[in-house]
Amino acid sequence: MQALYAQLLVGLINGSFYALLSLGLAVIFGMLNIINFAHGALYMMGAFVAYFLLNLGGINYWWALLFAPIIVGIFGMILERTMLKFLTGLDHLYGLLLTFGIALIVQGVFQNYFGSSGLPYSIPDQLKGGMNLGFMFLPIYRGWVVIFSLVVCLATWFLIEKTRLGANLRAATENPTLVRAFGINVPRMITLTYGLGVGLAALAGVLSAPINQVRPLMGADLIIVVFAVVVIGGMGSIMGSIITGFALGVIEGLTKYFYPEASNTVVFVLMVLVLLVKPTGLTGRAA
Amino acid sequence: MPETAMVDAPAKAATGGNILQVRNLEAWYGESHILHGIDFDVNAGEVVTLLGRNGAGKTTTLKSIMGIIGKRAGSIKFNNQDIIRATSDKIARMGIAFCPEERGIFSSLDVRENLLLPPVVRPGGLPLEQIFDLFPNLKERLNSQGTKLSGGEQQMLAIARILRTGARFLMLDEPTEGLAPVIIQQIGHTIARLKKEGFTILLVEQNFRFASTVADRYYVVEHGKIIDGFSNAELAANMDKLHTYLGV
Ligand SMILES: Nc1ncnc2c1ncn2[C@@H]1O[C@H](COP(=O)(O)OP(=O)(O)OP(=O)(O)O)[C@@H](O)[C@H]1O
Ligand SMILES: [Mg+2]
Repeated sequence: MQALYAQLLVGLINGSFYALLSLGLAVIFGMLNIINFAHGALYMMGAFVAYFLLNLGGINYWWALLFAPIIVGIFGMILERTMLKFLTGLDHLYGLLLTFGIALIVQGVFQNYFGSSGLPYSIPDQLKGGMNLGFMFLPIYRGWVVIFSLVVCLATWFLIEKTRLGANLRAATENPTLVRAFGINVPRMITLTYGLGVGLAALAGVLSAPINQVRPLMGADLIIVVFAVVVIGGMGSIMGSIITGFALGVIEGLTKYFYPEASNTVVFVLMVLVLLVKPTGLTGRAA
Repeated sequence: MPETAMVDAPAKAATGGNILQVRNLEAWYGESHILHGIDFDVNAGEVVTLLGRNGAGKTTTLKSIMGIIGKRAGSIKFNNQDIIRATSDKIARMGIAFCPEERGIFSSLDVRENLLLPPVVRPGGLPLEQIFDLFPNLKERLNSQGTKLSGGEQQMLAIARILRTGARFLMLDEPTEGLAPVIIQQIGHTIARLKKEGFTILLVEQNFRFASTVADRYYVVEHGKIIDGFSNAELAANMDKLHTYLGV
């Protein structure tokens, strides 16, 4: 039983990262119509920024949770302003190639300086240790990651689905020309949306630094699974990507317990099944 | 088709000064040249109607004024400022509001969100109570999804949402298209009331019977040019010509 709960927790942790990343991908896809292949590299940058802040600036984990998404988000907004914005109206393929190229360059630069091995980032003092829940031992940091990710995901959902700003965003996703003709600066909104999506990836990077170490290819490994998650959930829905993210993390964890041989492939098997039954994904709308 | 493409400016209505001056406006969709030199004026407080057959270029004229046509040339002066190079969000912020032909109600927004979407660009917009007074149906459907409204209700919502913004110059593209006579009547009353409130309105209509109930002046668009213009008082005298222009 202990082992089952442990795998469930691992599943929830992975699910947190899937949810944060696929949420950002969904937000970016909605507004920019770009499948952001650079997402994994930006996630990795989030972790590295946290590492630099700590080791070069003495800035701790808590501030890194705030600053790393902002710094990487600004980097993302520069990418949008200088490159991505010229892809408006072009086929998805161009966005995919450009962001894939950006991912390779960013990862290449980090690999050049840091090799492929991991850099350590320790758990902040306040979150060290664990808690005995009676039925299992819960490392506090892992519980924190799950809860904090959930809160951030729900806050993002609330921002997009329930606020005036979110209404502008949803409207601009549907008909940017008309929204702009109402007096809303849509190009600026697109830039900020990309920044938001990238910021969520960077935040996931900071959260993962103490668990998975800081490695140049940490995002490249993760992003493949995240794209499968996105395909399963469909790009169309914010809540859909959150739920799918967590659910697939848990399914992966359970598979690791019941049939470990399949744990690395279960997400892809599900992806194929979903594509056969519903090609737009579970919550997706037809393009 | 008449020989002269250029037309004398029709008699000015007894209203305020010039608000919109369009001169030699040309517009393109990609390679296709759609407007070939449009000239007309709108004065403060007037309701001016563009008439013309399908595909004549009426919608394109409104879109060019709003700044949502890729390539334009010529001059468009709004309150004496040339806006031909301005982006559409700047143009909106100068006080021009647009109600598109296809209505443009957002399906991922409920009625309230649709109504509140256009930002207030300047003081002087209608307060919400007054808008609900004009369109009581909307008040009852505030929480419905925007595109779940009937066609008539969607048209009302599309007009209602631009009345809040403080823009005093409204462009309405075929607001009566596809609607039942009672609703057309209600929209007519609304336009008359807006005129009384001091709004200036540029209307596109194919239904000149409807237009004649609200318009001060008319321009006829054909093949991307203004080919004629007259005031409401001259409408009766121009009826035969109009029938030829519009093919009705
Ligand atoms: N997006 C577009 N791309 C290419 N051509 C277009 C586009 N929109 C309109 N046109 C063409 O431009 C011309 C003028 O169209 P416009 O929509 O301005 O006509 P209209 O006078 O509003 O007609 P209607 O009464 O049918 O609405 C038409 O020949 C039309 O085919
Ligand atoms: Mg039209």
